[in-house]
Amino acid sequence: MRNKLADIIYKKSKKNKKLCVLVADISPAGSMYQFRKKFPNRFINTGVAEQSMIGIAAGMALRGLRPFCYTIATFALYRPFEMIRVDLCYQNLPVTIVGMGTGTIYSTLGGTHLTQEDISVARSIPNMQVIAPCDPSEMEDAVKYCCDKSKSPVYLRIGKAGEKVFVNKKSDKWQFGKIRKIYPGNDLCILTFGPIIKKAFEVKKLLEEKKNISVEVNSCHTLKPFDYYSLKKKFKKFNKILIIEDHSKIGGLASLVKSSAYEYSYKGKIFSFSLKDEFIHCYGNQDDLLDKHDISTSKIFNKLLKNIK
Amino acid sequence: MKNKKFSIYNSKLRCKSHRKRILDISQTVTAMHAAGAFSALEMVDVIYYGLMKKKKKAFTDTFLMSKGHGCMAQYVVLESLGILNRKYLDNYCTKNGKLGCHPDYGLPGIEASTGSLGHGMGLAVGMAHADIINKINRKLYLMLSDGELQEGSTWENMMMASNLNLKNLICFIDHNGSQSFGITKETHPNFYPLKQKISSFGWECLEINGHDQKEIFSSVNKKKTNKPLMIIANTTKGKGVSFMENKPIWHYRSPNKDEYKLALLEIEKS
Repeated sequence: MRNKLADIIYKKSKKNKKLCVLVADISPAGSMYQFRKKFPNRFINTGVAEQSMIGIAAGMALRGLRPFCYTIATFALYRPFEMIRVDLCYQNLPVTIVGMGTGTIYSTLGGTHLTQEDISVARSIPNMQVIAPCDPSEMEDAVKYCCDKSKSPVYLRIGKAGEKVFVNKKSDKWQFGKIRKIYPGNDLCILTFGPIIKKAFEVKKLLEEKKNISVEVNSCHTLKPFDYYSLKKKFKKFNKILIIEDHSKIGGLASLVKSSAYEYSYKGKIFSFSLKDEFIHCYGNQDDLLDKHDISTSKIFNKLLKNIK
Repeated sequence: MKNKKFSIYNSKLRCKSHRKRILDISQTVTAMHAAGAFSALEMVDVIYYGLMKKKKKAFTDTFLMSKGHGCMAQYVVLESLGILNRKYLDNYCTKNGKLGCHPDYGLPGIEASTGSLGHGMGLAVGMAHADIINKINRKLYLMLSDGELQEGSTWENMMMASNLNLKNLICFIDHNGSQSFGITKETHPNFYPLKQKISSFGWECLEINGHDQKEIFSSVNKKKTNKPLMIIANTTKGKGVSFMENKPIWHYRSPNKDEYKLALLEIEKS
């Protein structure tokens, strides 16, 4: 996703002279390098100084520019939190904070590099919009929106590298603020966001092949503002909803959907697989980490089997 | 770049009336950092009346009050300029008003929200750099409190200001040496020396008397390099009212009726 991000910003920046890129000591490879070379004034590396990255971006936005701030998610969001809250959100400025390598992606770097609760933190700030695309194709749409259309700060939660594309011919069109059907189905509704959609498709495959259950997969890419209208429709259509997220159970998609279920008096079943409210003290690949928090394709499948007749 | 008609005498008269206006407001609401406003007052007046460029009566240069708690100094100057009308200050900190203890972006004359210390330098660096990108010839005047130099973010951005060669950035430090907790040289002796620290971050640095209009007005012209300029302005917190001067208790306190009368008398006589 990160290479694609740079490609799109570079492409857009030739026409949109307001686009700027600020990074905090992250190497400018590929298109990012080209951007820097072509627009040296519009590219700033603040060094290992994330508070500075956000503060400067806010100042640039106050002058009408549209900056992207880009670094590893934990440093992009947590470290300069108060600059994001006060400089960006309180003043409601169109700055995009790109958090890269989100959730448990940096599985060998330890808890300091994981963002288990970033959606929760970002969603709670007034004026902040939160977008978490599920694959590089969806990210392209999201980045284009951030380049040209957003009027408020955006926390853009992306993966890292090598993500497969899941968007297909049967998918709805991407629209900011809308739950997007990626693959249609009739018996079970999966709600997810971000690259963990991979697991949703694995579960879908197992359910369809082994149990003949028709599964709809949705990308809830815009976590804020959330598409309650479409959620209500899902509640009406499905009596079984499965949520998979690479995020804490506090303040993420599961908590959002469950609180809405109460408000809309949903009578169906909701199965959710979120990260626990615990730091992760283990290493390995991303699946190893997710498994520690009971998120794996087989665990999800088995739980559904026990509960779905 | 400077206002050639700027009169030191008139600035002194204005500052008397600014102080009186602040004291008057202090009698209607208790929420106020009057002492911190008094220490920055001469600088804010000179920046607006003497230094900032105007085109067709509108300012083209920018002023940011990074020490947001000193905003009363900015409010009264904006009022005297006719940018904020009287209603704004008459309703200060009331349910019908829009002005509070810290400046809010979007109000007349207020170009950024400040109040949380250590944010102004980043905003100023971003704005000054954007002016370079947009090829706009404009100066950015920033007012920092000395306490803000305890924020790491201020130094991060000072380093970036010089790395980005922001010759259009001019920063005044309201160096009153007094904070909410106490006197800085007693609580944090290694806060000093300041000038060497600032210079070593790639800034040109001057030291002036922050209550002397003539020194404030001429300081910017003394700039010799293309570096960003930092002016350490030595000031007295609570300046103009003897019993308020350098007393930490006055960081956030309004005078009672008797103190108010005494304060007005002192300002009249000065």
